[in-house]
Amino acid sequence: MASDRLPVLLLAALLGCGGGFSDPSREFAEPVPEGSHDVVIHQPDVLGVLDTDRVDVHGAPVGVGCDTCHGPALAATPQGNPEEMHSDVDVVHGDLVCASCHDDDRTRLRRASGKTLEMDQAMELCAQCHGPQKRDYDHGSHGGMNGYWDLRQGPRSRNHCLDCHGAHAPQYQGGVAVHPPRDRFLRPRHDADHDDPKPAPADASETGAHDG
Amino acid sequence: MDDLTRRRLLKGGGATLGAAAFARALAPITEWTDDLSVDGFLQKHYKELSRDEIAAVCKRLEAETLQDYGAVVQIGDVRPQPGVEFAYALNLSVCIGCRRCSEACHVENNHDRATNNSYIRVLRIDKGTVDLAFSDTTYEGAVPRADSYYMPVQCHQCDNAPCVTVCPVEATWKEADGIVVVDYDWCIGCRYCEAACPYHARRFNWTKPEIPAEEINPDQAYLSNRIRPQGVMEKCTFCLQRTRKGKLPACLEACPTGARVFGNLLDPDSEIRWVLENKRVFVLKEDLGTQPRFFYFFDE
Repeated sequence: MASDRLPVLLLAALLGCGGGFSDPSREFAEPVPEGSHDVVIHQPDVLGVLDTDRVDVHGAPVGVGCDTCHGPALAATPQGNPEEMHSDVDVVHGDLVCASCHDDDRTRLRRASGKTLEMDQAMELCAQCHGPQKRDYDHGSHGGMNGYWDLRQGPRSRNHCLDCHGAHAPQYQGGVAVHPPRDRFLRPRHDADHDDPKPAPADASETGAHDG
Repeated sequence: MDDLTRRRLLKGGGATLGAAAFARALAPITEWTDDLSVDGFLQKHYKELSRDEIAAVCKRLEAETLQDYGAVVQIGDVRPQPGVEFAYALNLSVCIGCRRCSEACHVENNHDRATNNSYIRVLRIDKGTVDLAFSDTTYEGAVPRADSYYMPVQCHQCDNAPCVTVCPVEATWKEADGIVVVDYDWCIGCRYCEAACPYHARRFNWTKPEIPAEEINPDQAYLSNRIRPQGVMEKCTFCLQRTRKGKLPACLEACPTGARVFGNLLDPDSEIRWVLENKRVFVLKEDLGTQPRFFYFFDE
């Protein structure tokens, strides 16, 4: 009995499989040629620039380069109270002080080991304390990226630590929610028939920034 | 009445039934609408089209887009890369719930403007719970709130996809690189797949999408972001019009916190593999056995 049914079952299975392409060569694209493009880390323009609270005529923030005062023409760090000249710098970064990161040559940075770093090596400085974040960054799971996942086909650009975190107050600042859904069946809570008060908008001090 | 023999009765009954069946078979023609071309009506299933046929279909759809929307677009038949299977991971520790991903999807995938449609729905969930039923998707204002965490949900491209199983006409299927796609021209709009999806990831085009010509993304693919007809289902395709050409998905590029990781599961050196091997990873509703290709993870 079972052997009688076998051909029928096989036929049914074959018909049921279906689903293949009638032209199998259409299933895949042409293979991608080997080769590799670059991963470029964006260099933020705040590096080596002291932020001020001024904006120019285009609304862009105005900064003062470190070498304006600490340039090579000056043999040593200018005398006087540094806080007067850096009043816009609010350090909210653990227990760090200026010299924790800045070299005696103020146009440069310095690691805890004493190694001097140029401003464009700032990520190495961040990484000496924030190892897990640097490890995640190196594996593409921190900091975001743009461009190509497949470096055979195109380049990729990565954010710099300072693109998202201020050097002196690094906690991520959060943002404002955009693009609320307008599905037919959705109504915002404050739009309901009953007087359901809208939750008070969280202010900046309430917003929890992500850890790392 | 002597004429009413058994034979005549059966013949008459048979003729009546035959005529009714014939009329029913012609019903699609009586229901013909202006926006359906003869070529569109006679079009075969996507997988049965030859290279020349799919090229002709894309050309016709480009012409229809120009006519209906006034936009010059390029619709390609973008196929999977050999040796590539996609997976996506999202870091719940850093997502701030800003919905930039949802907005980027809206723009990239030519969604209907009036409904703010997007393939990504961001859930705001009170800290201390994982009860999705009490999540909120319509929050506004500053994010993140200190009492909340945020979980963006989109198509999980399940390997055991309920939406594919339930489709009565095989208009949706899983492709070789893991992406579940829809042939919009084969879909009958029954919405079984929408009901079957445990992630609420599928959307239905209740109306003809309205998009100003200047806002239409012209870089389109037949199986993904071409403007969908009214009455069909649509879903996230991991932006296959981009990702099958090596680019990152639009939602990933838009994410301001780098919460999203995308890549080739078959490449042992890829970022996605590192996350799956080194982070605390989970899938949503694992007990349903859907085997998603979309993962959530935490930092330490």
